Amino acid sequence: MINLQEVLETNKMIEQENLDVRTITMGISLLDCADKDLDVTCEKIYKKITTLAKNLVSTGEEIARGFGVPIVNKRISITPISLVGGGCCKTTEDYVKIAKTLDEAARVTGVNFLGGYSAIVSKGMTKSDELLIRSIPQALACTERICSSINVGSTKTGINMDAVRLLGEIIKETAEATKEVDSLGCAKLVVLCNAPDDNPFMAGAFHGVSEADAIINVGVSGPGVVKYALEQMDKQAGGLADFEVLCETIKRTAFKITRVGQLVAQEASHRLGVPFGIIDLSLAPTPAIGDSVADILKCIGVEHPGAPGTTAALALLNDQVKKGGVMASSYVGGLSGAFIPVSEDQGMIDAVEAGALTIEKLEAMTCVCSVGLDMIAIPGDTPATSIAGIIADESAIGMINQKTTAVRIIPVVGKKVGDTVEFGGLLGYAPVMPVNTFSSQRFVDRCGRIPAPIHSFKN
Amino acid sequence: MTRAIITVVGKDTVGIIAKVCTYLADNQINILDISQTIVQDFFNMMMIVDLTKSVKPFDVMNDELTKIGQDTGVQVKVQLEDIFDKMHRI
Repeated sequence: MINLQEVLETNKMIEQENLDVRTITMGISLLDCADKDLDVTCEKIYKKITTLAKNLVSTGEEIARGFGVPIVNKRISITPISLVGGGCCKTTEDYVKIAKTLDEAARVTGVNFLGGYSAIVSKGMTKSDELLIRSIPQALACTERICSSINVGSTKTGINMDAVRLLGEIIKETAEATKEVDSLGCAKLVVLCNAPDDNPFMAGAFHGVSEADAIINVGVSGPGVVKYALEQMDKQAGGLADFEVLCETIKRTAFKITRVGQLVAQEASHRLGVPFGIIDLSLAPTPAIGDSVADILKCIGVEHPGAPGTTAALALLNDQVKKGGVMASSYVGGLSGAFIPVSEDQGMIDAVEAGALTIEKLEAMTCVCSVGLDMIAIPGDTPATSIAGIIADESAIGMINQKTTAVRIIPVVGKKVGDTVEFGGLLGYAPVMPVNTFSSQRFVDRCGRIPAPIHSFKN
Repeated sequence: MTRAIITVVGKDTVGIIAKVCTYLADNQINILDISQTIVQDFFNMMMIVDLTKSVKPFDVMNDELTKIGQDTGVQVKVQLEDIFDKMHRI
């Protein structure tokens, strides 16, 4: 039988160490909503989402009350919309109309984000894909809850450099279209390589074509719990615990965190009558003090993220979280790894402000963890070709290493290095970081795609 | 059997257990186990209870017990047992 110490430990994690379930995301297939007529398509989309997700938010709140654990976000992911709108969207305005329909469906169901205003163009773009991509700036400027993601490459197909070049421009246009709110639109747009079909986290969530009609995916969190466990570990060791103890502590903690996610996922699936998909084993930070992946790296032993040793510390952390989490869950998927966004993690912000962390070091860190260059504010006058260059670099890391990588950067209109940008809420605030100013124009201007890499002779 | 864990945490005062137990008895909630400890004047108690015959829905009982806690100056929480079971047992 459960004892008092165990009960107190769990409740301490929840009350003092920010343990929560970060998101219950309902994936919904909209493939059966495609029609030749735009109005009919919109109507079917609205009806399907508002029917299936009608009780998503209330059920999430009920489960949170029952177990006494916060479930921070309730969200929806949908089929990449370029697959649904292909038959009826002839202009970018047509796509924007779908975006507005999705936004209204999200508002009515009460979710805070809906992801899947997306296209998968890792090898080539259809006309529909390109129209959707070109509609993104307007769609994100006139909606509140829509998130957009574009997959531009994969290990199997290589990198579609035409899409990369276009997205450099689209990110700039999105920044311009939302300049009144510190280019916030770019915080809802992510460019991916090897995007998973079942990711519950925004902005990259979409419901892939390999998925069932509807599914429940859950993203766990809990960097604060890991940090506290590591602090206690060193206290007990009376100094520095060795790597064996360090890794065991992270694994054990990740197991406990993930079990809560598994329980919530199964309960949500049961109560909503929608099959359970996966648990995403992620350490997702928030701007709240103590809820930081950077703080874990500091506990492991670097003064600030960015110091020599950071990449190794992060690799170790990421691997142990997976080892502990995998055993705690029946199905694991999504991004599964530690997130290292800048604006959403107070420890990362501090590291940038202290001069310890640069975009180049962040890029190295993305080689060993999910997911990529995330929530990084850069100067508004950064050329589109440099942004495309950053996307190409990050995609190459994903392509070669058979992992998901992503770029979510915000070229904040009117801001320069040293300025601060306030996004608010879970998105936090960010110091504007410098980008290498040497040109990548001639590289980016080449048409076509980078071929898929060889799968042998790994070095 | 639906089981829940009720925890009471706060400064030690007279009659905390009595109030909670009276409420449970009035609502047909059976107590299966009680344990408690006092750490630095702070009272920590947990009860394992059976909700099968409870006359009140979970949310109502949760709100009312929280209110009893607030009136007494302690924190009362009710959580379904599964969360502890899953976290601490393989």
